[in-house]
Amino acid sequence: MSQTPRSIDRPLSPHLQIYRPMLTMMMSIVHRITGVALYFGTLLLVLWLVAAATSPEAYRLASAISGSFLGLVVLFGYSWTLIHHTLGGIRHFIWDTGHGLGPEWREVMAKATIGGSVALTVLLWVVIWIVKS
Amino acid sequence: MVQLTLPKNSQITEGTAWPKPGGANRLTEYRIYRWNPDDGKNPRIDTYYVDREDCGPMVLDGLIWIKNKVDPSLTFRRSCREGICGSCAMNIDGTNTLACLKSMDDVRGSTVKVYPLPHMPVVKDLVPDLTQFYAQHASIEPWLHTQTPAPEHEWPQSREDREKLDGLYECILCACCSTSCPSYWWNGDRYLGPAALLQAYRWLIDSRDESTGDRLDHLEDPFRLYRCHTIMNCAKACPKGLNPAKAIAEIKKMMVTRQF
Repeated sequence: MSQTPRSIDRPLSPHLQIYRPMLTMMMSIVHRITGVALYFGTLLLVLWLVAAATSPEAYRLASAISGSFLGLVVLFGYSWTLIHHTLGGIRHFIWDTGHGLGPEWREVMAKATIGGSVALTVLLWVVIWIVKS
Repeated sequence: MVQLTLPKNSQITEGTAWPKPGGANRLTEYRIYRWNPDDGKNPRIDTYYVDREDCGPMVLDGLIWIKNKVDPSLTFRRSCREGICGSCAMNIDGTNTLACLKSMDDVRGSTVKVYPLPHMPVVKDLVPDLTQFYAQHASIEPWLHTQTPAPEHEWPQSREDREKLDGLYECILCACCSTSCPSYWWNGDRYLGPAALLQAYRWLIDSRDESTGDRLDHLEDPFRLYRCHTIMNCAKACPKGLNPAKAIAEIKKMMVTRQF
């Protein structure tokens, strides 16, 4: 060991490639991804508002695009992203108070975030569907 | 900075498949990370077979068996073989733990996969360079700071105050937690990591310590403390069952409450 030159080009041991995915770790990554995705979602909202402020034709066009099948899929994804990120934010807020960090509750809260975001998104769209029809 | 892939010199190749021992009834396959600083080659994965009837139950027993019976060049740290020295910390079956506390039977699947602690410079095979890790521990000054003159006999502490150190003082500095943390992977040069922060908290809440303010000042930094994003890999990896994530959350709380 003492004869090994100091400047030796040491490899970096593998990390993401070999670490077993943990639920709380995946939730952290999803929280980050949804956070970034919300920037684009907000951009869509701004486009829709700009169209509404521009002219009736522009508004009709924006509504037609967002009301198309592809538009609805994007809006569904955007609503889930928003709800998931919000619930994740609440989870982090609870952690910031020093609660729910134990082995049992951190898992329960992670699962509740996934379950809650899916349930609330479906509920939201059922309500929209009922109101619209 | 975040680099999701391994640098060129760190990419892993397939290594030697060592022969199965003759006459063995029960074999366990080991796939072990190897890197030799002297041959100029990339890291590789060697395959070994351990005769379970000739070997103890723990992953460390298997490593020692391989070193004694198959390949004396296999390099790893070990000492106490009972989870108190922290030497044999490594990545086994996808999580960081101590090889001496991990039973071969608890490994998921039939193959025991062994890597050095993640995202660290490798000295040889399963031995990572922990220089930076130890320097970070030293930076939080893990000793009692006092201004008042030393008492004649000792610094007294009530039973209740002493209990506040439970779940903190047991840390053996094995580095399982810090090297399990993605935040530490990406910012290990500036983020102190869960192990050093757990020790920082251990001194922050010590009733005898008199430099709580200075200690908090040292940690109040976007990187040193606040790169913790409550990912929780640290608490899940700790072979002593400690909770660095909780300790870090308590430090963050102290940062807020000291303003009032």
